[in-house]
Amino acid sequence: MQQLLNGLFLGSIYALFAIGFTLVFGILDRLNLAHPAVFAAAAFVGIELVTVGGLSIWVALPLVAVFGAVLGLVIERVVFRPLKDRPDAHFAGLIGSIGLGGMFIALLLWRYGPDTRRFPVDAFPSTAFEIGGARVTLLQVAILVISVVLMAGLTWLVARSRLGRAMRAVAENPRAATVLGLDVNRVTATTFALSSALGAVAGALFAMNVNSAQLGMGSAIELKGLAVIIVGGMGSLPGALVGGLILGLAEVFAVQYVGSSWRDLVAFGLLFLLLIVRPQGLFGSRRVREV
Amino acid sequence: MSEPILTVENLTVSYGRVQAVRGVSFTVPRGGLVSLVGANGAGKSSVINAVSGVIRPSGGRITFDGVDVTRSAAHSLVRRGLVQVPEGRQILASMTIEENLQLGAWHTSGSRTQEVYDRFPVLAERRRLPAGSLSGGEQQMLAIGRALVAEPALMLLDEPSMGLAPKVVDEVFQVIEDIRRGGTSVLLVEQNARRALRAASHGYVLASGEVVQSGPADELLADDRIVAAYLGLERD
Repeated sequence: MQQLLNGLFLGSIYALFAIGFTLVFGILDRLNLAHPAVFAAAAFVGIELVTVGGLSIWVALPLVAVFGAVLGLVIERVVFRPLKDRPDAHFAGLIGSIGLGGMFIALLLWRYGPDTRRFPVDAFPSTAFEIGGARVTLLQVAILVISVVLMAGLTWLVARSRLGRAMRAVAENPRAATVLGLDVNRVTATTFALSSALGAVAGALFAMNVNSAQLGMGSAIELKGLAVIIVGGMGSLPGALVGGLILGLAEVFAVQYVGSSWRDLVAFGLLFLLLIVRPQGLFGSRRVREV
Repeated sequence: MSEPILTVENLTVSYGRVQAVRGVSFTVPRGGLVSLVGANGAGKSSVINAVSGVIRPSGGRITFDGVDVTRSAAHSLVRRGLVQVPEGRQILASMTIEENLQLGAWHTSGSRTQEVYDRFPVLAERRRLPAGSLSGGEQQMLAIGRALVAEPALMLLDEPSMGLAPKVVDEVFQVIEDIRRGGTSVLLVEQNARRALRAASHGYVLASGEVVQSGPADELLADDRIVAAYLGLERD
């Protein structure tokens, strides 16, 4: 039971990270590889807001989301928009975003140094309770609730709102969206802002969950995020959610029953197996581009 | 007569070093229906896409409703009332008919949606179904309906009869005539030149990116040399 809950908490963070990844892929058919740098940067900024700014983590989180949204706008404007009409736009965007992500990490190194950063111990609520014999902290529950609420909110937004309709239109047929009078650049930029805001919140929650932030935390989660969206079905929001949870659970159970050094082997091995059984991904269809 | 709703002067469109449109000029009178005809590759779609802001012209001047819109983006032109029904219909197949119409009404209140449903009952009946489930003719009606809810002052139609059965083509031309009669100015671009000229008051014949003939549509149709040289291969 304890492992199941731990897996859920970790998995919900993976899912939140992966949903940001897959949102941009679904709309633009592009991978934004600066997303992991946003994840890391948000963790450091969140810790600074709490330790130096003296803010409560609950106040810091929305600020981190705003910070992430701004980074998303920068990524879209600096990397993806100038390259979008090139014949090799996929590859150029991929490399461009790796480059910008590297610059973000360099700025973090300059500002925060190479050491691991932590939240002050008294930043977290100390409340804990038992569920079915497992010990759960209020923080862990909050992480799960925040992730689920954000993912549900995003799913609603894409399916039902005016902005979501525009996002789906741009995803399906950018030319039709242009002719209909949609400002495709603005819809795209908004998508990046949303995606990065989610990635940023995921970074801050991850740092809270393990109470540490390192410069390399983005690259550590990058492959997991990619694996999750491939297994979930590229561009599928529910796929990213389920894929993230599976990965989180697999990791926690691997550590518990096989040993911590086997964690990645077991987790990624399971994802490979899923792909062999269902090559299009859990929620993927033959139509690749969908939000 | 009042000033034309659309004036295109010396329009040039280039793709890299290839000039697809060279010095094209024409006007659409307020409340009129003007046809731009010519063979495949004559530059018709490039003209319509430049006018509607989808591509940037490399030269010339476009005036819509008295305002220079040469450099305007498509979304600001739609807001002004210059709305395109694109070639190939470009409906959003995975989205519902209702959502397609909601997107058409992006810059308006959508108050004309009911009018569109009344005009095309099949769209009303299937409003919750994916637009991709409609037949080709019905998709064309959806594309026109989607433009109508944008409340256009000028509607640009790019090859609206393409790929449709003759009976459906009749229907489409009837709808276009009704739209003009309702007060909306229309610029029609068609390969089906005879049909398009019969519907229009004025016509322009495009060949190799240039206007080679223009005048009242019935005169163009009556001129055997023009018909033989530019329109002869077109089936009715």
